[in-house]
Amino acid sequence: MRNAFRGFGAIFYKEILHVRRDFGTLFFSLIIPLLQMVLLGFGIDTNVRQVNTVVFNADGRRESRELLDRLKNSDTFHIVRYVESDHDMNDEIISGKARVGVKIPVDYSDRLLHGMSAQVLVLIDGSDSSVAGIAINVTTSIGLDESLRRVLPDRATFAVDMRPQLLFNPDSRSPNFFLPGLTAILLLNVTTFLTAFAIVREKERGTLEQLFVTPVQPYGLLLGKLLPYFGIGFFELCLILTAMRFAFRVPIHGSAILLAFLSLPYIFVSLSLGILISSKANSQGEAMQLAFLTILPSIFFSGYIFPRETMPLVFRVLSYFVPASYFINITRGVILRGAGIQHLWIDGLALFAMGAFLLTVAARRFRNKVIMA
Amino acid sequence: MASSPAGSAVSPAEASISAEHLVRRFGHFTAVNDVSFRVEKGEIFGFLGPNGSGKTTVIKMLTGLLPLSSGEAHVEGLDVRTNSEEVRQRIGYMSQNFSLYPDLTVAENLQFYGRVYGLDAARLKRRIDETVQMNGLEPYMNRLSAQLSGGWKQRLALGCAMLHEPKLLFLDEPTAGIDPVARRQLWDLLFELSAHGITFFVTTHYMDEAERCSHVAYIYYGKLIADGTPNSLRELPDVQPEGTIRVEITTPEVTRALRFARTIPGIRSATIFGQSIHALIEDRLSLDEISGQLSKNGIAVAEIRPLAPSLEDVFVELTYKHQALQEAAARA
Repeated sequence: MRNAFRGFGAIFYKEILHVRRDFGTLFFSLIIPLLQMVLLGFGIDTNVRQVNTVVFNADGRRESRELLDRLKNSDTFHIVRYVESDHDMNDEIISGKARVGVKIPVDYSDRLLHGMSAQVLVLIDGSDSSVAGIAINVTTSIGLDESLRRVLPDRATFAVDMRPQLLFNPDSRSPNFFLPGLTAILLLNVTTFLTAFAIVREKERGTLEQLFVTPVQPYGLLLGKLLPYFGIGFFELCLILTAMRFAFRVPIHGSAILLAFLSLPYIFVSLSLGILISSKANSQGEAMQLAFLTILPSIFFSGYIFPRETMPLVFRVLSYFVPASYFINITRGVILRGAGIQHLWIDGLALFAMGAFLLTVAARRFRNKVIMA
Repeated sequence: MASSPAGSAVSPAEASISAEHLVRRFGHFTAVNDVSFRVEKGEIFGFLGPNGSGKTTVIKMLTGLLPLSSGEAHVEGLDVRTNSEEVRQRIGYMSQNFSLYPDLTVAENLQFYGRVYGLDAARLKRRIDETVQMNGLEPYMNRLSAQLSGGWKQRLALGCAMLHEPKLLFLDEPTAGIDPVARRQLWDLLFELSAHGITFFVTTHYMDEAERCSHVAYIYYGKLIADGTPNSLRELPDVQPEGTIRVEITTPEVTRALRFARTIPGIRSATIFGQSIHALIEDRLSLDEISGQLSKNGIAVAEIRPLAPSLEDVFVELTYKHQALQEAAARA
């Protein structure tokens, strides 16, 4: 009666006891992700608004003031100071008090009135590329708009009228974009760390060695240790989604049940990663370092912060090996775009395949490096 | 050397452990090199050797964790190569760090190990009751095992390892780091259990524990260089060469005496043991002669008397002999 899962029940039950006894750790590992969520959800706004701007208005007549009003009304610029010289304007930018400098020359109004082209100098601090990009776009389009207004007769229509329409996130709210991605990172955080620690702790105590000389089979051992954390991971997911929906008011456009279902293979991957780490690490400190090593690519190469499409080829290829890439596609798909299983099954399948592969490698490594070492 | 079981006609089923020509290689390194021994049922078998000499590897091979590179091993009549799961069901194992879960209570630790061995609820309850009665853990059942003292932890660990009533127990340095009282109590318990037919395979660094074993073996860098009862080992010609005797010289000035004793012709070797010197001397040298030579040089000798070799002497002599043989082989 060979049973590859022998010992599963005993290990599972014991693991639950550990979790219950060490309630503090569990509590913190569930609460800390929520705190991170609060920080990122309320703290980060990637929309560029109210950029500090310094103005040197050498003209000062009505036309120049109208232009400045248009800048102010765009919501992109916040005029912090008016100066009287080029030198003062430069100084404001170098000292960092302003990111944009607008200089309106003495003859601005005169040239406009004479139907000539009037130039406006816009100095932009390029050290933050997203701020700079927005500043260029907004000033250019204000200039263009202003020009058209002067050329076209009233009520004339544009020859080409572009009507951009934002789908899914019409207000461009940052939490709507960040929180679904963050869910993937936080979940990885909890499940990988918890499993890795649970096994490495047994290594440190010598109890793992003891279990190997009992009739417990490796798969029974691993599964018994995995399953409780699978449950915790799933619970954490529900917690994060609830907070996202009700505290941060991110609407879920698709089916929450589908999201929960597709998160199962992702949790499976994270747990297998935890086992892989535990087969290598001999102390909890070591496990911590290795776990961080898996978190970093998940943050940077998964599309969580930087879009995968704009990455250099090497990193783009790399991003296909990062499980979080697929799960972020799933969370954003379901939550923001209302995607269904027909759009996302391939991501779910990819995650499941990764999990199965990692678990096999981890179980084999575990056998060779831990049991027979 | 000692009684070698190799090629003997006895069936492996009769012994608790029978290891024949065990070899384990890791790449080019041979960790266990042609090791053969037999452990009879009810014996307390002391397995000694320096750290890194292959003790743990042998245990892992016998418990089916590590495949044999070659050779054969039977444990409780089962072939470890083909039946390791069943082997593990029939043996118990206690390691030096006692392998308990500090955040579980005494009762929970017992229940966990009982379930691991597949004991059903009724048998588990009966076995836990018996174990608790045997080792007096009753008052501590609801205490976390982290809060137990070393001696109690060890009793609990032994209890956990015996819940499934194994006929053979592996104890890997069971007394490392526990107090002398607990150490003695453990040995008393081992004798009692062995009287009931349970076999013990004990590794230890304590020579006095080795002396208590009914059968000892010494492994030195992968080679088994001693195997037999403590008394039979003491009488080995390598340990007690023809024409020599072992003496104990008691003197207040051991260090000076040792330096001088080593220059006396006829004294083959000498070592300090507390307030005395143990020396291997040729029997042409009389005890009075040694005493005379020492006092002539101003070293007071309190007592000088013949001495049976200790197991430590045995292992030291056999190690020297083994090293000499190896060097000779390397030169050839």
